[in-house]
Amino acid sequence: MGNKNHKKQGTPAELTYKLVVGASLILLSSILLSLLFGPVSIRGDRIFLEILNRIPGVSIDSGLSSIQAAIVWDVRFPRIILGLIVGGLLAVAGASYQGVFRNPLADPYLLGVAAGAGLGATIAIVTGATNGEGMFDALPIAAFLGSAIAVGITLVVGGAVGRSTSTASLLLAGVAVASLFTAIQTYIQQRESSTLRQVYSWILGRLSTSGWDEVVMILPYATISLAVMFSMRGALDVLAVGEEEALSLGIRPRRVRWIVIGAASLAAASAVAVSGLIAFVGIIVPHAVRLVVGASNRLVVPLSFFIGASFLILTDLLARTLQSPAELPIGVVTAFFGAPFFLFVLRRRSDGVI
Amino acid sequence: MESSDPLNVEGLAVTLGGRKVVNDVSLAVKSGGWLSVIGPNGSGKSSLLRAIAGIIPAKGTVHFQGKDIMQLNAKLRAQTVSIVPQIPIVPPRVRVIDYVLLGRTPYLGRGFQPTREDIDLAEGVMAELDLEDMSDRFVTEMSGGERQRVIIARALVQQPKLLLLDEPTTALDMGHQQDVLELVDLQRKRLGITVLGAFHDLTLASQYGTSMALLVGGTVSKSGPAHEILTEESLREIYGAHVSIHKDGESVSIIPERRKGPKGTPNSD
Repeated sequence: MGNKNHKKQGTPAELTYKLVVGASLILLSSILLSLLFGPVSIRGDRIFLEILNRIPGVSIDSGLSSIQAAIVWDVRFPRIILGLIVGGLLAVAGASYQGVFRNPLADPYLLGVAAGAGLGATIAIVTGATNGEGMFDALPIAAFLGSAIAVGITLVVGGAVGRSTSTASLLLAGVAVASLFTAIQTYIQQRESSTLRQVYSWILGRLSTSGWDEVVMILPYATISLAVMFSMRGALDVLAVGEEEALSLGIRPRRVRWIVIGAASLAAASAVAVSGLIAFVGIIVPHAVRLVVGASNRLVVPLSFFIGASFLILTDLLARTLQSPAELPIGVVTAFFGAPFFLFVLRRRSDGVI
Repeated sequence: MESSDPLNVEGLAVTLGGRKVVNDVSLAVKSGGWLSVIGPNGSGKSSLLRAIAGIIPAKGTVHFQGKDIMQLNAKLRAQTVSIVPQIPIVPPRVRVIDYVLLGRTPYLGRGFQPTREDIDLAEGVMAELDLEDMSDRFVTEMSGGERQRVIIARALVQQPKLLLLDEPTTALDMGHQQDVLELVDLQRKRLGITVLGAFHDLTLASQYGTSMALLVGGTVSKSGPAHEILTEESLREIYGAHVSIHKDGESVSIIPERRKGPKGTPNSD
């Protein structure tokens, strides 16, 4: 057919590729920038040499003392990688929730993840089950179980499994479950006031690591949930025309909804388990991406990963350097930037733009 | 040649909310033909089409091109049948090209990533429908007539053998109604698609269909050529409408008449 379009658009695959390359450069810069700063000042060139030195088969003398090398490799680097994973998980989970609920204000904590994790973590803290940091510490496990239980109740009660074609009942169930879990959590927290500070510090979110344990712990869940959410991003675009039309286009919408909600909740729960409740990443990052590239989830989902990871790495850099050597809770920093942006998005939305 | 097989709907029944909205409907449409289904509000036209499209569950068989399409899985059915919905949901901030490409969904692999071929096909259909310059516009920002062309483009990009139209001209003015139906007729003849459409406007339905079926209370009351179905008596009986019908050979035009009030004619002033 005679097509005289002189400026041919790239295929979505080509476009995605270009944007993903751009976004991964942003991520790489964030990682490198973040490596440079910390309470102990270490020369930048030596840090890079040390990183190169760690590549298998490469042996370079970075000139760092063994303590400095340990700071780079066992303190700063795992924390950055944890920020990368958590930020990416929260942003992709947020984008997926927003797609599946066709609601731009949906948040990865929506269905009770936050409240459930809060309750789990509080129980672990007040019972003294958490003995410090580490791979087999009870705190992340309790937080993960708490959010899994809360989301499970929401899904069963809200009828994602049933015949309902409306997501409103699911959202309302999420609100109710979150209130219930928060009430129990608050009760326990007030009764055990000696651990109040510890509970609060968990709730405000932090990326503290003990070596690579947290990264290793979260990696399998992150990989599975991200792989599922990535593979469903095109289906989310089809779901945007509603369940009926999605059916007529050969998609089974309830199945898509179920899979995406499951994967996004797994992502949010595992992020929360290692980092506490980091606010707003799941909302502001997908929206920032949408403002630049439009609403197609084929682009929004993968780009959210890179931008979310970069955003959390950079906010963590601020959190640990603004009042160095003290640390600000990272949730405070993300909310400080996130809340004004959220208001801006809301305003745009009332203009019908989003 | 399987492509000459007609569309055969047999014993189709749809129950919604415990109520039988389509009851034992049987219809036949010759391959490449256009059957217009008419009937009053609530007669089951829309449900009939939505059942064939796989949107709502139904009993019965729909034989078409050697297969019972009611037995196909969602993906294969969507490769055979596409529907222009009565009230399509148009998501915000979606470009025309991306919206039209949704029609390729049943042909895409796991990642739903359209290939260069899919895009060429979509651009070809858009050129046919005079949409090639609108590729980058948001669908929500188009006029009613343009938007309907975009939705038909999506349905054609699906490469259906059977195209279902669910009152496709309801939101359009007279000129755009004609444009849309001419367009569908042209594509039907060009591509040999079979068309099954539900219509409110009886005159338009009679002008574009090759045959007609009248649905009343979920069952087929009459079927045949338009001039046999559209009579003053049947429209009064079934629609409760007062009309005069002018026939000129095969073509039928229906003129609504103001009904006479109890106190004499309303036209007396």
